[in-house]
Amino acid sequence: MFERIGDAEWQIAPSGAMLVPAVVFADREMVDELQRDEAGSEWSALRQLRNVACLPGIVGRALALPDVHPGYGFPIGGVAAFDVKDGVVVVGGVGFDINCGVRLLSIPLSADELGERAGLADALFAAVPAGLGSKGSLRMTVSEIDRLLREGAAFAVGRGLGLPEDLPVIEESGCVSGADPETVSERAKQRQFRQVGTLGSGNHYLEVQRVDELFDPAAASVYGLDAGQAVISVHTGSRALGHQIGQDYLKIMGEAGRRYGLPLPERELACAPVDSDEGRRYLSAVACGANCAFANRQVIAHLVRGVLADRYGVSPSSVRTVYDIGHNNAKRETHDVDGVRRELIVHRKGSTRALGPGAEDVPAAYRSVGHPILVGGTMGTSSYVMRGTPDGMRRAFGSGVHGAGRALSRKKAAKKYWGEDVLSSLHASGIELRAHSLRGVAEEAPGAYKDVERVVAAAEDAGINRRVARLRPLVVIKG
Amino acid sequence: MPFEFIDHTADMALRASGASFEEALCEAARALFALMVPPEQVALREHVEIRASGTTRELLTVDWLAELLAQKDLTGCLFAEFVVALDRTSDGVYVLDGIARGEPLDRRRHDVGAEVKGVSYAGLHVRERDDGWEIQCVVDL
Repeated sequence: MFERIGDAEWQIAPSGAMLVPAVVFADREMVDELQRDEAGSEWSALRQLRNVACLPGIVGRALALPDVHPGYGFPIGGVAAFDVKDGVVVVGGVGFDINCGVRLLSIPLSADELGERAGLADALFAAVPAGLGSKGSLRMTVSEIDRLLREGAAFAVGRGLGLPEDLPVIEESGCVSGADPETVSERAKQRQFRQVGTLGSGNHYLEVQRVDELFDPAAASVYGLDAGQAVISVHTGSRALGHQIGQDYLKIMGEAGRRYGLPLPERELACAPVDSDEGRRYLSAVACGANCAFANRQVIAHLVRGVLADRYGVSPSSVRTVYDIGHNNAKRETHDVDGVRRELIVHRKGSTRALGPGAEDVPAAYRSVGHPILVGGTMGTSSYVMRGTPDGMRRAFGSGVHGAGRALSRKKAAKKYWGEDVLSSLHASGIELRAHSLRGVAEEAPGAYKDVERVVAAAEDAGINRRVARLRPLVVIKG
Repeated sequence: MPFEFIDHTADMALRASGASFEEALCEAARALFALMVPPEQVALREHVEIRASGTTRELLTVDWLAELLAQKDLTGCLFAEFVVALDRTSDGVYVLDGIARGEPLDRRRHDVGAEVKGVSYAGLHVRERDDGWEIQCVVDL
């Protein structure tokens, strides 16, 4: 079924209702696994990828990156681009956690200089609201929520939560244009009132990490990363606001898809034409959700700076934002497709942008090498900083891997691991974990995930992303 | 078994059953909240009224569960007991009036799990079986 078309690139030719080929960037073992799952499981990433390849107006190829695993409708680790004139926008291509992503902060201290980690873990755990039902300290009126949705991270900075120099090193400067708060329901806004500046639960985390190894010292130097240095990663998204937007538009787009008579392979791929009232409103709501996520990570960065100032006396401005990037998005972008510049809506579900050297939307400071891609690992292994490549721009719409990708279901993980055991085994290996839910810890045990080393190696072998640095966790905060 | 969880790599599939469709809807709601807190830890001190609708039983199910998730954030409560009454309008739309009972989340007493983000259309089905009704859906965690 698969034809190998590159070092780590496999193609399935269109068949049945598929309009374009489906392509998987992966090593051979991963491809074999995907095929086994398609034959034996009710949930198959490959089947979902083929379904995406059937959607009206899809351009080029439906893509799966090495961290691909089954999602709802769209595979996680999936990328699909649609023409703005005759294509569709798909709710499942973004998901419920709009612009969920990672912010990386660099600390002006080496990992050794952090000293005793348990105290740092306790202080971060106390400062950053996390877990089910946690509440942020930022109180807002309805009109302020609307401003937050329009302005994104800049809104938080304007409230004294963060620094102006954070903004240029956030994807799209922390503010996606075209965000009209009127396209977001009152209910979504009401749900968000208490949740700005909260980490959430599940796979979200805050980690203190050590830059463990540099693979591309020149790019690392452009990003201001040194071996041995301490950094902090914050993985969270748009919280309840994004969840409600996803839920609201799943219904709206499900009805719209039927009304427009779109030939859909699955109900779960609820979608509407890009060029329709519903499509335009959804894209605006996604922009609002994205801005909410940028603001959320901005507020958490501010809380982290407070802890670091208290403990180490480091000034807020010396704790630098390296980058902030989302991995659940639909964005309007221009790409070369078969030599023609085309305006597209690029869906990345569990995939980051990975704009390579020279790309216009890369912050000026990083333009020579492309912006950082922030790849989340597991709490016991590693995270990675990667970067985009010219090849990735041509073959993957400038997209990158986002994490290790789950290998075990939460149910299997909870059966196999015990929260306390995970805690003590991490402690034994020098990692301080603080979590509100031990059940959550078991579900997120390192063994529940694919090997992140294999994921980044496959992305590099495929030529779409390049490794820059590996980050090892020292302190992990979970919801 | 009134409800169970089915393996799904990234998220969670829940399957609920009941002698009637209404009972299965209540069990699906119990399953949804059981992902977040053990039901036996939730005292039934407060209640909220819920209205949901859908042109099909499947869509009604998603609407009902999504409403409950929204009420969780709006009220700060976790719910463990549910009552629903079902009606159908002249144009065939299912309309549900329900009550969810529970209490405000209290981390000292509630052994919380991961928060459910949303209720998807993936693997969604409502089936009438010989012994009653079965509901299945995938929720995002």
